[in-house]
Amino acid sequence: MKAIVCVKQVPDTSGKVAYKPDGTLDRASMDVVTNPDDLNALEAALTLKDETGCEVVVISMGPDPAEGMLRELLARGADRAILVSGREFGGSDTFATSQILAAAVNRVGLGPDDIVFCGRQAIDGDTAQVGPQIAEKLHLPQVSYAAEIKKDGNKLTVKRMLEDGFMMLSVETPCLITCIKELNQPRYMNIKGIFECYDKRIERFDYEALKDDPLIETDTIGLKGSPTNVFKAFTPPLKGAGAMLNGDDAAAKLASILAEKHLI
Amino acid sequence: MTDFSDYKGIWVFCEQRSGELMPTDFELVSEASRLAKEIGCKVTGVVLGNGMEAASKELGGYGADEVMVCDDPLLEVYTTDAYTKVLCDLVNEYKPEVLLMGATNIGRDLGPRCAARLHTGLTADATHLDVDTKEYIEFLRNASTIDVETVKLDEADRNLKMTRPAFGGHMMATIICPRFRPQMSTVRPGVMKRAAFDQAKADACQVIKPAFSITKEDIHVEVLSVEKAAKKMVDLIGANVVVSVGRGISKNVKEGLALAEKLADAMGGVVGASRAVVDAGWISSDHQVGQTGKTVHPKVYVALGISGAIQHVAGMQDSELIIAVNKNESAPIFGAADYGIVGDLFKVVPDLLKAIESERAAR
Repeated sequence: MKAIVCVKQVPDTSGKVAYKPDGTLDRASMDVVTNPDDLNALEAALTLKDETGCEVVVISMGPDPAEGMLRELLARGADRAILVSGREFGGSDTFATSQILAAAVNRVGLGPDDIVFCGRQAIDGDTAQVGPQIAEKLHLPQVSYAAEIKKDGNKLTVKRMLEDGFMMLSVETPCLITCIKELNQPRYMNIKGIFECYDKRIERFDYEALKDDPLIETDTIGLKGSPTNVFKAFTPPLKGAGAMLNGDDAAAKLASILAEKHLI
Repeated sequence: MTDFSDYKGIWVFCEQRSGELMPTDFELVSEASRLAKEIGCKVTGVVLGNGMEAASKELGGYGADEVMVCDDPLLEVYTTDAYTKVLCDLVNEYKPEVLLMGATNIGRDLGPRCAARLHTGLTADATHLDVDTKEYIEFLRNASTIDVETVKLDEADRNLKMTRPAFGGHMMATIICPRFRPQMSTVRPGVMKRAAFDQAKADACQVIKPAFSITKEDIHVEVLSVEKAAKKMVDLIGANVVVSVGRGISKNVKEGLALAEKLADAMGGVVGASRAVVDAGWISSDHQVGQTGKTVHPKVYVALGISGAIQHVAGMQDSELIIAVNKNESAPIFGAADYGIVGDLFKVVPDLLKAIESERAAR
């Protein structure tokens, strides 16, 4: 039995954001982090490992520096780490990304007891699309927005959050689950994990490794295989600074403005 | 270039929960009707459920020319498998040019699964849509820092231009899907304006009951139960006034939240919060305003102790009047505010409550 976790390294959009002089985002100078929801996905897999002794495999598509993140995930308790990387994969949208990640899962080999975990969405794109799209490519049942998972044999009972409540769902392995932060509290690395992670090899899947999978075609991966294209990217203007209200009576001034505008 | 002449019309997947259409359905149909005028095509509302025929006609009142209704006990409650199968089969049969759905927790589950099956592109969480290039340039003039005079675009381009926030709202990106149809987008709830309801159009709305097939064997996830949240969720999107709190309440969380509630009560509003406050667990996530929370445009938005990270501003900048209270005079929130007060919210809010009371007494 395996728990396969798809993870992404992302710029930390919640921290300090740097801009280039032309007003575009300076990605190179931003900190990178493991996508927060993906840590919940890893924790779900590690919880399963604690209970069943299953193998935890983390897969990430990205450039070379993502190796550092993968090593950290090994230190947190993952057994295998795979970096999916190649020029051919660059510029992929969610559709193309899911083709590649699904092919990587196929290469690892998906057994009847296995579960694929993803974070709900990544904080750089916020699309929440790659998880369900991987599930479709792998013909797996999916449960997104998982806030609780109980496993009994090959049957999972999952609490799936809605805006106005939740659904309780039952699904059998193999399946794909996307995780939200309410699901669990990700564990930290431990000393043993940190020592051992340097003895483990980060495996690499490049184009050569995946190209025989029917999902990998020149018109299904990379920029060329992406159905969507960025037409324009731009920064929104901030609305001009408004009036500052000063003095001890600032609150009174504000109240009278609100009264004038019939807002109170 | 691929010939797309077979693909016609705008479809809106209209989600229902417990047999009731969602507010975002009406927003989307209104927006689709605006776009249909640019394209010169029909708007079709697509409703999957059980016994939805009568309720679906309401969509006509907001601009749907027709509704396509699939009623079946297996469609009463949403499942990814059943909805994906029925919707994709319909798309393959009728070939709409555009397919929109609300970016709800269900739309964001169904949309990507359908796009993957249909082999087409999907834009997530769009906040603005254009077909006509001139309209798009006008949009850029107002919504971007781009000098539009330098922008050269093909005026004959009829692709749907789907604009969405990216990088936590730090940037906007316009996405196109030039090589595949339908062009798909999920659309952020609360962003598109709902048209005025027209009863005559609702009465005249045609109901189509297409053939479809769904069996129990198609569904691999079993719904054990659907539960409404025990606590009533806050209606941020529908509120006239939103009083939001940020990290500035950390000094005394309980008191800070109580002050926000008092101010919201005094102004007839509800309490919102920044991501930091939700992440800290001080308030439930249904209160979150911003890129990863809800987009609001109330008459008055009050930001208390919120620094104004762009990801937050993205969710409230279209409010009619924005008031910011922050101790730090260089907080970015003041750049988005109509009125700003530099001060400690624990002092300013009680002052403001008193001042509101005396304004009311003086009337």
